[in-house]
Amino acid sequence: MPSNPIDSAARATPEPVARKIRGLSDRAIAWLFVAPTIFLLLAINIFPLIWTIRLSFTNFRANRPNREVEWVGLRNYERILTDSDIWLTMQATAHFLFWTIFFQVLIGFTLAWLINRKFRGNDLWTTIIVLPMMLSPAVVGNFWTFLYQPQIGLFNYVVSFFTGVDPSSFEMLGSVTLAPWSIVIVDTWMWTPFVMLICLAGLRSIPDYIYEAAEIDRASKLRQFFTITLPMVLPFLMLAVLFRGIENFKMFDLVVQLTGGGPGSITEVTSINLKREAFEKWRTGYASAYAIILFVTVFGLASIYVKALNKVKQR
Amino acid sequence: MSGFLDGLLRLRRGPWEMVATVLIAVGVVMLMQPYVMWLYTYSFIVTLVGTVMFIVVSHFPE
Repeated sequence: MPSNPIDSAARATPEPVARKIRGLSDRAIAWLFVAPTIFLLLAINIFPLIWTIRLSFTNFRANRPNREVEWVGLRNYERILTDSDIWLTMQATAHFLFWTIFFQVLIGFTLAWLINRKFRGNDLWTTIIVLPMMLSPAVVGNFWTFLYQPQIGLFNYVVSFFTGVDPSSFEMLGSVTLAPWSIVIVDTWMWTPFVMLICLAGLRSIPDYIYEAAEIDRASKLRQFFTITLPMVLPFLMLAVLFRGIENFKMFDLVVQLTGGGPGSITEVTSINLKREAFEKWRTGYASAYAIILFVTVFGLASIYVKALNKVKQR
Repeated sequence: MSGFLDGLLRLRRGPWEMVATVLIAVGVVMLMQPYVMWLYTYSFIVTLVGTVMFIVVSHFPE
């Protein structure tokens, strides 16, 4: 009689262990399998979160562990939410968030729409377009720093070629007005392919017969776009916006590589500011409260994201 | 509109999730807007209420 893998595993189990397992219910065995994962989750995610919430109500400093820790109640939250400097970092984050999402959606959707029209070399172009997304943000930040160099950087020469401005007359990463845009350009370059892929999935999920019915009804191409294409891609687009919004809200590596938060603190996004409070000024309690504020914001956005994702799944 | 209010009164998931989603979105906008300081100050509480509400109402019946 041919034996299946389950029978072989049962035969290979030593008799004392097998006897113990035979005495357990299915539910108990299921818990036995899930327990290591739950334990890891509690140890790595839940415990640090609860510990951070506790620290956010104290004046604990990690560089002075022996100092007496004082319970300060909601004072850390109050100070953060009335601090105009932190408000400015929120605005820097908002600028980054708004413009990156705007350009990524605009360019990503256009590219998806073009790629969706069947033409020769379609797959090759898709592969070429998605390449930036596969690179590490540290690598991207590093080589864009070279591209932005005013003397040797290619970017300044390209701008000079199209506008006639002297390439060494402006510095993308050193200028107060241009530095925020330099980050927007790099993030858009890197993550537009992601939005494009999601839009492409949306476009390919629209059945052809809907367009055929619209053709029979003599709907113009423009009308077809606004009454069929856009409404049917919208849930996918919403998904892309939320995902990029959550990711960019936490953006750290790319900005650190490109500007390090400078010049001054013009590109200091919240994650960089938080890192400075926690590991340069060592205000651990204060930084914990700051982290909890960011966590609640991201958690709220993620809840909407999951809701949108379920809607897309139902389609 | 009456269906929405009816759903709210009968503690249905859909409309309550909508309210929670709006609260979260308003909270995020309040946090990042560059105009009024007190909106920034109260943004966290609005987002927190929205998020907690979302967790609670997602257990309501459809």
